Amino acid sequence: MAGPRDWEISRRDLMVGAGAGAVLAATPKLAEAGASLASETRMPTLASVSFTVNGEGRRLEVDTRTTLLDALRERLQLTGTKKGCDHGQCGACTVIVDGHRINSCLTLAVMHEGSEVTTIEGLGQPENLHPMQAAFVKHDGFQCGYCTPGQICSAVAVLDEIKAGIPSHVTVELDGELLPTSDEIRERMSGNICRCGAYSNIVDAMAEVAGRRA
Amino acid sequence: MKAFSYERARTPAEAAAAAAEHEDAKFIAGGTNLLDLMKLEIETPAHLIDVNGLALDTIETTPEGGLKIGALVRNTDLAAHKRVRKDYALLTRALMAGASGQLRNKATTAGNLLQRTRCPYFYDTAQPCNKRSPGSGCAAIGGFSRQLGLVGVSDACIATHPSDMGVAMRALDAVVETVKPDGETRTIPVAEFHRLPGDTPHVENALEKGELITAMTLPAPVGGKHVYRKVRDRASYAFALISVGAVVQPDGTGRVAIGGVAPKPWRVEAAEADMKRGAKAVADGLFANARPTHHNEFKRTLAERTLGSVLTEARG
Amino acid sequence: MPMKFNEPAGANPIDRQKVIGKPFDRIEGPLKVTGRAPYAYERHDAVENPAVGFVVGAGIAKGRIKSIDVTAARKAPGVLAVVTAETAGKLGLGKYNIAKLLGGPEIDHYHQAIAVVVAESFEQARAAAGLLRVDYAAEKGVFDLRGTKDTSVKPKPSGGDEPDSAKGDFAGAFEAAAVKLDETYTTPDHAHAMMEPHASMASWDGNKVTVWTSNQMIDWGVSDLAKTLGLPKENVRLVSPYVGGGFGGKLFLRADAVLAALGAKAAGRPVKVALPRPLVFNNTTHRPATVQRVRIGAGRDGKITAIGHETWSGNLPNGKPENAIDQTRLLYAGANRMTATRLALLNLPEGNAMRAPGEAPGLMALEIAMDEMAGKLGMDPVEFRILNDTQVDPENPERKFSQRRLSECFRIGSGRFGWSARKQPGETRDGRWLVGMGVATAFRGNLVMKSAARARLAADGRITVETDMTDIGTGTYTIIAQTTAEMLGVPLTQIDVKLGDSAFPVSAGSGGQWGANSATSGVYACCVKLREAIARQAGLDPLKADFADGQVTADGKSVALAGVANARDIVVEDGIEFGDLDKRYAQSTFGAHFVEIGVDHATGESRIRRMLAVCAAGRILNPKSARSQVIGAMTMGAGAALMEELAVDKERGFFVNHDLAGYEVPVHADIPHQEVVFLDETDPYSSPMKAKGVGELGICGVAAAVANAIYNATGVRVRDYPITLDKLLSAMPEVG
Repeated sequence: MAGPRDWEISRRDLMVGAGAGAVLAATPKLAEAGASLASETRMPTLASVSFTVNGEGRRLEVDTRTTLLDALRERLQLTGTKKGCDHGQCGACTVIVDGHRINSCLTLAVMHEGSEVTTIEGLGQPENLHPMQAAFVKHDGFQCGYCTPGQICSAVAVLDEIKAGIPSHVTVELDGELLPTSDEIRERMSGNICRCGAYSNIVDAMAEVAGRRA
Repeated sequence: MKAFSYERARTPAEAAAAAAEHEDAKFIAGGTNLLDLMKLEIETPAHLIDVNGLALDTIETTPEGGLKIGALVRNTDLAAHKRVRKDYALLTRALMAGASGQLRNKATTAGNLLQRTRCPYFYDTAQPCNKRSPGSGCAAIGGFSRQLGLVGVSDACIATHPSDMGVAMRALDAVVETVKPDGETRTIPVAEFHRLPGDTPHVENALEKGELITAMTLPAPVGGKHVYRKVRDRASYAFALISVGAVVQPDGTGRVAIGGVAPKPWRVEAAEADMKRGAKAVADGLFANARPTHHNEFKRTLAERTLGSVLTEARG
Repeated sequence: MPMKFNEPAGANPIDRQKVIGKPFDRIEGPLKVTGRAPYAYERHDAVENPAVGFVVGAGIAKGRIKSIDVTAARKAPGVLAVVTAETAGKLGLGKYNIAKLLGGPEIDHYHQAIAVVVAESFEQARAAAGLLRVDYAAEKGVFDLRGTKDTSVKPKPSGGDEPDSAKGDFAGAFEAAAVKLDETYTTPDHAHAMMEPHASMASWDGNKVTVWTSNQMIDWGVSDLAKTLGLPKENVRLVSPYVGGGFGGKLFLRADAVLAALGAKAAGRPVKVALPRPLVFNNTTHRPATVQRVRIGAGRDGKITAIGHETWSGNLPNGKPENAIDQTRLLYAGANRMTATRLALLNLPEGNAMRAPGEAPGLMALEIAMDEMAGKLGMDPVEFRILNDTQVDPENPERKFSQRRLSECFRIGSGRFGWSARKQPGETRDGRWLVGMGVATAFRGNLVMKSAARARLAADGRITVETDMTDIGTGTYTIIAQTTAEMLGVPLTQIDVKLGDSAFPVSAGSGGQWGANSATSGVYACCVKLREAIARQAGLDPLKADFADGQVTADGKSVALAGVANARDIVVEDGIEFGDLDKRYAQSTFGAHFVEIGVDHATGESRIRRMLAVCAAGRILNPKSARSQVIGAMTMGAGAALMEELAVDKERGFFVNHDLAGYEVPVHADIPHQEVVFLDETDPYSSPMKAKGVGELGICGVAAAVANAIYNATGVRVRDYPITLDKLLSAMPEVG
């Protein structure tokens, strides 16, 4: 009843901590301190999860509260993925999961059993840049660099989304051909905030990569 | 974020049963709003039931020629679906006006409907809020209320429902399908799904404890011109100041729902009888009992003007 | 002895411009685009498995803590320590801080830090922080700037400038002027909203502490952390090689660094702390709101005869005013002038510097006023500004500008932008959109700060430069490498630059757009000394030595640098100090902003279509990174014009929209393609680099250019920023 314990498989892949509700029973002394305390202090639940990150299988024991973002940054020490707001309001934490870009701050690590995760580290390395990374350097599509990994992960996914024919807010004809125009790029990249204001250069970088691919 | 135990459910029945078993459980699908709120301890479930494994991620044609949209269909996939684009363009447009590409890739149909208000006082646990903490008061009334509601609101709460998708669903007469912990299923018209705050702003919808949304159903297409216009300070990645979703028929009749003005997607069917008379007449009906604050009274004018522009576009 | 810069620079090796002035890619770019550049919270390389501190902010704006119950938090799983003002021991107040960084029992502002909860993991620390029970005695505070306008006072002189200035007979001249303008403008509180929240990791070794942090001004940070913790300065080391944006918000020691240090001490192991985003807006500093009255009088010929600018802002006790009148003292001609600065006491969070303090909000007002005045005179706004341009300090006509090509910026900009196509207000329509053009002057002082560096030539010919200068996205790494490469005549790839460590010589730091010019000048001085040392080592006459193509040459003899430092590295340290050239000559940077905007005729939504900036800012050290500085500043200016406002709850006393969903900054979709033109110039009065700042110039005037474009599009004049649609609606045309 006392401490965290490992996850054990039970009915419905149950991951529970120490008994129903996982509530820490109040010690007599604590109970004197305040009746509300018992319902507030809960023991963490540990769970194990396996997923692939940048092509490599990883298995982690995590506190169920651990976001995919913190699992990457703190447990796997893949700190290229950034925490700008931790609330889905900035896009710095963008990674590509099973082919789709998502905010890694708003999903739990335990929800990604079997997922394939690609982070900025997986796209390219300093000596071996992904074409999008190279275009960002060439067009100076960043300044402080903090939003940059998220911008680049988004940028790569955005060009794929356009190719796949997924419409956007600025798409004029819902049944027409989709092209990586500047307007389409700007709208689709709007979930990645850059306070340094490198937007104009990022669009140039993406247009170059889109042109090269076309 | 308070600690919680976690399980993955494989069927709706299993999920419902798990919910019945735990005193303080929540379903989690996309998680884009729930985790946001859990980090701030506005939501504090002791148990999370991951419903992503439920096979509720398909879109099927109904015998009536409508669409049955699984609760777990992601916003991006719903917006991009060929039939939705062709027959329910309003829904595609509304979805694509919301959030960001990353969030739409994760957020689900049911979760979008269930997202909670963006009232800044609801989000700040140091402030009183009747929705978050019943009986504590409302700091928004008399506070900064530019984003908040002016119709359907109460003395206890002036929060708005932030969904774009919901506005389209309301205009399209969608129906919510659910399963209860005892296995009973039911349907709830989206019009009746969200509750007005009254004295109990923490009660936001018609769901019972442990009840799970399994699908949303759209009736057969109604044709007409579909326009969704979202008005906001910045050009993207922002909640609506107001939004207008309209379906306008060649004869000038049609439907209108408004977002950003009320605790639910706002539609007054009686007001639609005035569609041919123009935006002012419709807006008068939509906002008949409006009680704006000093900060948000502009929304009444804005909604009417935006509707006027939408009707011009639809008829053009 | 540092190099003294007392007279205008003569010819020097920088003038060769083989490396300087070229648009090199950022040398740290590959690290940033691959996620390998380590920021403060990510130093797994420096400290293994640190504990995590979670900061708790005050839930009231003013008053005191009656009690904090930490019992439950202390006993929560994984918790190692809880530090409050009660348990922290005596703390000092940093020289650059106004409010205490760990509050209690008195609370000075909302979300002032009152505790840090340290635990094994972030999840545990955050949950335990939620268990603190704080009992407050709230007090009434003052939160509404407009309500305090009449009780505001004349502040103490700041930065050597008196709060008021006067020249000639303003009142008489204004009264007598043929054409007059007297309007009041408001600017709201702004947040820096840099993408990396304030973050620090602290590790103690005995009574010495090392803090990996995110800070623009390393030496200020060291001094103030030492002062706060009661340590000798030499016991504090700050390390900040990468800063995820600052804009003035990281000029000073903040709660993250102090609480990481206190948490680490209490827990007995290294601790890292990042401010949760919802805490950043009220916990840290912001650009204060202003109310500004501008009066301009002119003759029918358009010449200004009287110009007056008064500004009011508020701050906590001992806080400073926002000097929004700064540019008005120097910008336009006119014999009769006055400015006045007043300061009110407000119990909101601490107001302080944000990108171009003074000029940024000041020009938001002044440059609308100039547009309005041009309208009253029936003059083109560009011509009106050119007519009133000056080559001397208008308060002190004997004092010339070191260089001033403002009118040229306007002429070049007009041509490139197609300004002549501009029509009368409300006359241009494109479907749903009303379209307009606007213009405004950019003007920002050119500040200089002493700065030092250390340089090392290794046996392999590589040169390493070390300075505590920071790169906050400004391109410092690259321009320092360029400076060094130019001075030593070697390729850029031969240079390594190490920044942001208090173990390195003290630099100018990053602020007030002085960083690039001052820090490269410090590196220049250091390189002069390195050249002498290399020449001597090579047996050459230092006075005749020429450095080019990887060789040092004198008297017909050439030696490869790679061979000079064979036995041991040649290491030198030097810096630059600036004399009074900036007093003898007015030194500023100049520009013209052009904006085209569309305003939806029905909704009043404003969307920028085109932006152009023409800048005159001395030698441009790297046109690529300088251009980025300017487009970024234009983007921030667009935000100030259209959306940015910290919404004040005037009863409860805090910024309500305290996250990145509530405080809207521009996103991709708000910003069109941006064009920047730099005039080709050098300013020898500024520094041996003959450069000036540019990163703040870029924001100055932008918001007014947007405001003026909206007026030209709609015919509606809005004098209260941001210009959101609700302020336009009632005057917009019929929907159709």
